[in-house]
Amino acid sequence: MENNRKIITPGETIVSGEEFLPGDGTRREKEDIVAGRYGLADISDKLVRVIPLSGTYTPRRGNVVIGEITDVLFNGWLIDFGGSGSGFLSINECERFVNKDELQETFDFGDLIVAKVIGVKAKGIDLTVRMRGLGLLEGGSIIKVNPNKVPRVIGKEGSMVNTIKEAANCEVTVGQNGLIWLASDEIENEIKARKIIQFICDNSYVEGLTEKVKEFAGALK
Amino acid sequence: MTTKKESSESTYTKRFDGRKFDELREIETKIGVIPEADGSAMYRSGKTIAIAAVYGPRKLHPQHMQNPQTGILRVNYDMMSFSVPDRKKPGPNRRGQEISKVIEWALSQCIDLESFPNTVIDVFIYIPQADAGTRVAGINAASMALAHAGVPMREMASAVAVGKMDKTIVADVCKEEEDYEEGEGATDIPICVLSRSKQIALLQLDGKISITELKEAIEMAKKACEKIHEIQVNTLKGAK
Repeated sequence: MENNRKIITPGETIVSGEEFLPGDGTRREKEDIVAGRYGLADISDKLVRVIPLSGTYTPRRGNVVIGEITDVLFNGWLIDFGGSGSGFLSINECERFVNKDELQETFDFGDLIVAKVIGVKAKGIDLTVRMRGLGLLEGGSIIKVNPNKVPRVIGKEGSMVNTIKEAANCEVTVGQNGLIWLASDEIENEIKARKIIQFICDNSYVEGLTEKVKEFAGALK
Repeated sequence: MTTKKESSESTYTKRFDGRKFDELREIETKIGVIPEADGSAMYRSGKTIAIAAVYGPRKLHPQHMQNPQTGILRVNYDMMSFSVPDRKKPGPNRRGQEISKVIEWALSQCIDLESFPNTVIDVFIYIPQADAGTRVAGINAASMALAHAGVPMREMASAVAVGKMDKTIVADVCKEEEDYEEGEGATDIPICVLSRSKQIALLQLDGKISITELKEAIEMAKKACEKIHEIQVNTLKGAK
């Protein structure tokens, strides 16, 4: 896996040849596939793409994000989740009935919510909370990590999150935008989970990370 | 006869710091110097140091400046008060504003601004130590910082200041050369070249120069920019 991945810079030719297809972050210039951003070049089959190493979060459909209510409108809420645009949560996308005159009873200014992206349009990003595990966050603490390291924190099919949950005895909700919500009855558990996540972010390129994280969590006790 | 021969030879035969005429100053680069920024870089050429920080793409305020067709690039260039022998009054000034604007035009040539409408990319360039060629050092640092921030870019920008001391064309002028007064005096030409298309994104000229000499100077700048681009790429690849 590591062999066909190397760091490339904007304007650099990744591969040359008519048979390759330009994917995310690349473009075709005559024969060449040229990088359009800084990151890791990934050539799988004939599709060439650039995996970003840095940068702000770009929302995609289906992402779960954590955001703050920045505005209460007459038919919904505006949510800031650190990206370039703000998200919109309509009252139709709420599970419970919401009185149109009292939107603030459900979500108020400054509240943190977990929401799912259902559409990305030029006008804005549409969100929903009509699913299990989504909605208002009460108690607990929030930490921020680089959004490009979120896949490492989640692990393969959530394996890393489960490791953190078990090791720290703490509820963990990871937003794709880099915000992570930690909740436990004991503040020590939250601090422990925070330390583990920090460890993952600092060592995100190490091989066999799950084992190392388990070791690290064991040493914390 | 003798006077004619004298005037055809340049009085500037040896550089103050002993470099070859097309040799650049010692270059040092670093990325990620500002952890809070989305992307950052430092570029040092001799005694000139530039640091650049990139924030965004982020929401643009005030809202009336937003453009639904394209994103906006905002560059802020400033010299620190202790960067020059005579203290510079801190804060924006006429010179700083002009340089911010020309760097903005140069960098917007290589960024895909259309891909994020209604947003802004903020670039802050600060000069902690100045020894001529600060705007080109700023462009080099900003180009690396933009790439480090993951901004979609068509290519990278590299810049160098070439100069003409009397009749000699030199690359990467330093402050002593900039103040050269013998013969025809000094001409300072900052040039920014894009890495892939080799287009010129910035060309300023301060002084006098003939067309043939200018062509020669541009050729020298293009070669120098290739070297600088190589250093920029190596720095970006060296980081994990």
